Amino acid sequence: MAALRSTTSALLGAAAARPSLRIANAVPAAFRGMAQLADGAEKVTTSSGENANLKTFQIYRWNPDKPTEKPRMQAYTLDLNKTGPMVLDALIRIKNEIDPTLTFRRSCREGICGSCAMNINGTNTLACLCRIPAEDKAELKVYPLPHTYVVKDLVPDLTQFYKQYKSIKPYLQRDTPAPDGKEYRQSKADRKKLDGLYECILCACCSTSCPSYWWNSEEYLGPAILLQSYRWLADSRDEKKLQRQDALNNSMSLYRCHTILNCTRTCPKGLNPGLAIQSIKKEMAF
Amino acid sequence: MGLAQSLSTTNSRRAETQKISAAEARSILDKQRLQRPVSPHLDIYDKQQTWFGGSIWQRFTGSGLSGGLYAFGLAYLAAPALGWHLESASLVAAFGALPVAAKVSLKFLAAWPFTFHALNGVRHLAMDLGYGFNRQTIVKSGWYIWGASLVGGLGLVFFL
Repeated sequence: MAALRSTTSALLGAAAARPSLRIANAVPAAFRGMAQLADGAEKVTTSSGENANLKTFQIYRWNPDKPTEKPRMQAYTLDLNKTGPMVLDALIRIKNEIDPTLTFRRSCREGICGSCAMNINGTNTLACLCRIPAEDKAELKVYPLPHTYVVKDLVPDLTQFYKQYKSIKPYLQRDTPAPDGKEYRQSKADRKKLDGLYECILCACCSTSCPSYWWNSEEYLGPAILLQSYRWLADSRDEKKLQRQDALNNSMSLYRCHTILNCTRTCPKGLNPGLAIQSIKKEMAF
Repeated sequence: MGLAQSLSTTNSRRAETQKISAAEARSILDKQRLQRPVSPHLDIYDKQQTWFGGSIWQRFTGSGLSGGLYAFGLAYLAAPALGWHLESASLVAAFGALPVAAKVSLKFLAAWPFTFHALNGVRHLAMDLGYGFNRQTIVKSGWYIWGASLVGGLGLVFFL
């Protein structure tokens, strides 16, 4: 936790016990300087001790209040010795200590909410599950999820994604009541078919990694929604399998998948959307 | 007091809010949506996946091969009318007169798309049956096909 604590609170708590803090105390101007963002300054550096392990983060910025300004990359340099291990820790530290205008979504910080999905060093992943490559001195690049409309900085507009999720009716559909009048039962083998499907948290990493989804997101459902779709197709308790398959049986919804498989490679939860889509195709073909 | 406030990590902000109707909020949102940029995609995504992806090269090589076939077929059809000489004997003679480098690169240009399309086609057929979806398998088989198709293409160039 000490590493995660901001320098300011450390200063309040631990007085001048540590030499690095005494240095910061002795030079208040430099210390205070890190909290402000000079106009036009593209590079902001935190104060660092002698053994600083500096890493530069290049982060995509766009401000909806200044829509005529083009999106730009802004560099922030952090001392990794004072930063948590994950990219999300670094982003939170930048927001807390360097630039409060940096905007991103985050919530659980343990890969279960899917809020902090973004493109880090070229692949989509959850910032909270992505370690900062500490040995690698190269700059770390952070973009919002690819080919999405940007609300602000790293926040993508997922309206279409959620609408598509709604369109597949992601709930149990049955006409017949349960035999015992209490609950819909299912064998252990049938339950096992849902493993690797129900864990999906809808972070949209896979869908926004798919070139086919980039070009056709109006009509193509994309890997995340198709995996969810298969979750209900594979459920032995669901009675609308044929209707569900029928809804996918057109040139766009399902068959824009060309097994590019960026989805499976990028999934931060280790699921396999590509295989789920293939399973839908196979069940519909045979 | 002032010092403690400036050192505090939790900022208290006095935000001034104003109430707007649902319709007004909607119009603000609509206006903002029109201005939103599309986030970068091909330029920034992992090059190995976007630029060396098996799927897109399957399409490129397939288009190249079939496009070449159609182009030659149509040219052959039009040749008598336009006075072109596309019969085998004259093509062989023309090819034989080329320098070695041009011969090799022309042959490779025909051979590599064929080997890539054939090998990657087998991979796609295996995937249609549900094989090869393991994460490591996807990465490895992708590179294997690049390697094998280049070797196979060069083999066709020099030994056929």
